[in-house]
Amino acid sequence: MSRVAVPGILKIAFKLLVNDRGKFAALLVGILFAVFLMIMMTSMFAGILKRSSATVLNVGARVWIMDPAVNNVASSIPMPDYVLDAARSIPGVKYAVPLYSSVALVKLHGGTYQAATVIGLDDASLYGRPELLQGNIQDIYGENAFLVVKDAEFSKLGNPGLGSEFEINDHRGKIVGIAHVATSGLFGIPTLYTTYSRAVSYIPSMRFTAAFILVEPKSAADIPRIQQAVARLGYQALTEAQFVQKVSDFYIYQTGLGTNVLLMTIISFAVGLSISAQTFYTFILENLEKFGALKAIGAKGRELILMILFQATFTALTAYGLGVGLATLLMTVARLRLPDYAAEITYLNLALAFVMVLIIAAISSLIGIRKVIRIEPFDIFRG
Amino acid sequence: MGTALQAVALTKWFGEGDARTLAVNRVSFEASFGEILYIVGPSGSGKTTLLSMISGILRPNEGQVLVEGRDLWNQSDDAIAEFRLGKVGFVFQDYHLFPRLTTAENVAIPLILKQVPWDEALTRAQAFLEVVGLADKGLLPPLKLSGGEQQRVAIARAIASEPDILIFDEPTASLDGDTGRKIVSFVKEHILNAQRCIVIVTHDSRIFEYADRIMNMEDGRLTGIANGGLHEI
Repeated sequence: MSRVAVPGILKIAFKLLVNDRGKFAALLVGILFAVFLMIMMTSMFAGILKRSSATVLNVGARVWIMDPAVNNVASSIPMPDYVLDAARSIPGVKYAVPLYSSVALVKLHGGTYQAATVIGLDDASLYGRPELLQGNIQDIYGENAFLVVKDAEFSKLGNPGLGSEFEINDHRGKIVGIAHVATSGLFGIPTLYTTYSRAVSYIPSMRFTAAFILVEPKSAADIPRIQQAVARLGYQALTEAQFVQKVSDFYIYQTGLGTNVLLMTIISFAVGLSISAQTFYTFILENLEKFGALKAIGAKGRELILMILFQATFTALTAYGLGVGLATLLMTVARLRLPDYAAEITYLNLALAFVMVLIIAAISSLIGIRKVIRIEPFDIFRG
Repeated sequence: MGTALQAVALTKWFGEGDARTLAVNRVSFEASFGEILYIVGPSGSGKTTLLSMISGILRPNEGQVLVEGRDLWNQSDDAIAEFRLGKVGFVFQDYHLFPRLTTAENVAIPLILKQVPWDEALTRAQAFLEVVGLADKGLLPPLKLSGGEQQRVAIARAIASEPDILIFDEPTASLDGDTGRKIVSFVKEHILNAQRCIVIVTHDSRIFEYADRIMNMEDGRLTGIANGGLHEI
């Protein structure tokens, strides 16, 4: 096998790159900026998508029955009571309970109104109840009792404590518990929990009241059969993951949100690519004679390719790390000021940005490699 | 003196058809160990093209370059690259030193390409810098050095791989007359030895006195070889 001086030439490549501080900084800034924008855009999108399914995630039911036209939690279509009875009689269903979900106006002490999401839990089981920070869950059966979720919107209800009172549709409401949920909602309004019967009686409703029916299957193997049986009733049964996906699909494909984020991500990619490719090309052009001299001295083509690939990859990965760090820092700072800031870095975001950075590195180095491979050592002699 | 290399009817043209230009036309000569051979002639006479062909940089259209009895251009690209790295040392007209590397790192490049470990390559490079009288300049970037010093760094880099053949392309072009003479004089006294052949392309008549033989080229043809240098030419 013929000689390839790997560690030594990589060290030379490294020094040629980082010792040209101006160019190296320009390369880093270009890619860093692109990574930062890509991470920010996709993270905000991921945060928004997660919040759009907040109720689904917080309630935690394994199977949700709904009208097939429902495409997000906020626009539920109430179902007649017989669907609940029918669901309970499907083989493989361990139990099925109704869930009420609506938005109501809450009148606060100062006379101001505040919209709030009201979740009505099945009276018997309280299936899907949140974790309580203060209070006793049994108190939800007390007169006018509500639980309030302590999230970023909590203060919009005047930071209520246990025993705090408010009005809801001319009914008195009383806070008997302060709860914690895993995910805040998307629409910036506080969340109240109460029993299903109280929710139905306090809040104006349509003829039918069950927004969703929550099903606990006897086993995972029963889920397909339950879904088929529900479909025969003219309704749709989705697992938690399927429902989250359905909600996400709605926001991605039917609201323009996905297209806009995709466009912004592509623009970020294009900006990063153009800056880094152009700067890297200039860097290669400025060092072209040096690469030619190396070739004349005896460096092989593949050694020069390795040098350029190393330089492009090192720059891209360093900028990637800095970009992720900057995005994380900004999100952390943003959360200090805006607790409800909806951005979340997921592995998918990181992977997407990483792939894009690798593409930037590949295209940048390809341009450089084409140039370097074509240089003839004879041109060095000819000056 | 043994033969370092032999050029046999080397021919090179550029372009095709009506645009074809004959740069070197059936040039044959031998270069021997222990001698300084000059290739001189006016601009465009084919000196640099000839130099490139004998050093494994430019493939001739016709003819052979024989080194150790083998035709250089009948070998693979990798073997030719190995030849340039191991057998030939280059001193370019503009030196082509790397401004982002230190002087010692510049000198170490051929060693690094030969897979000598980094630290050892730098130690050996420092020794070659001592040979050219720049022992205290190893950590400086080349741009901090004068033209003559940069030339000597280029020489140190050229001899770092301990080549049989040293190629100088217009070594005095960027230097004043006095410095140019000092450099070539230094090369003759300290770099030339019985196991090394030095080929210099130049049109600077002020340094002809250091040549053992001078080949004169005009219009791509070898028009004469003067043994004994200045006086014969």
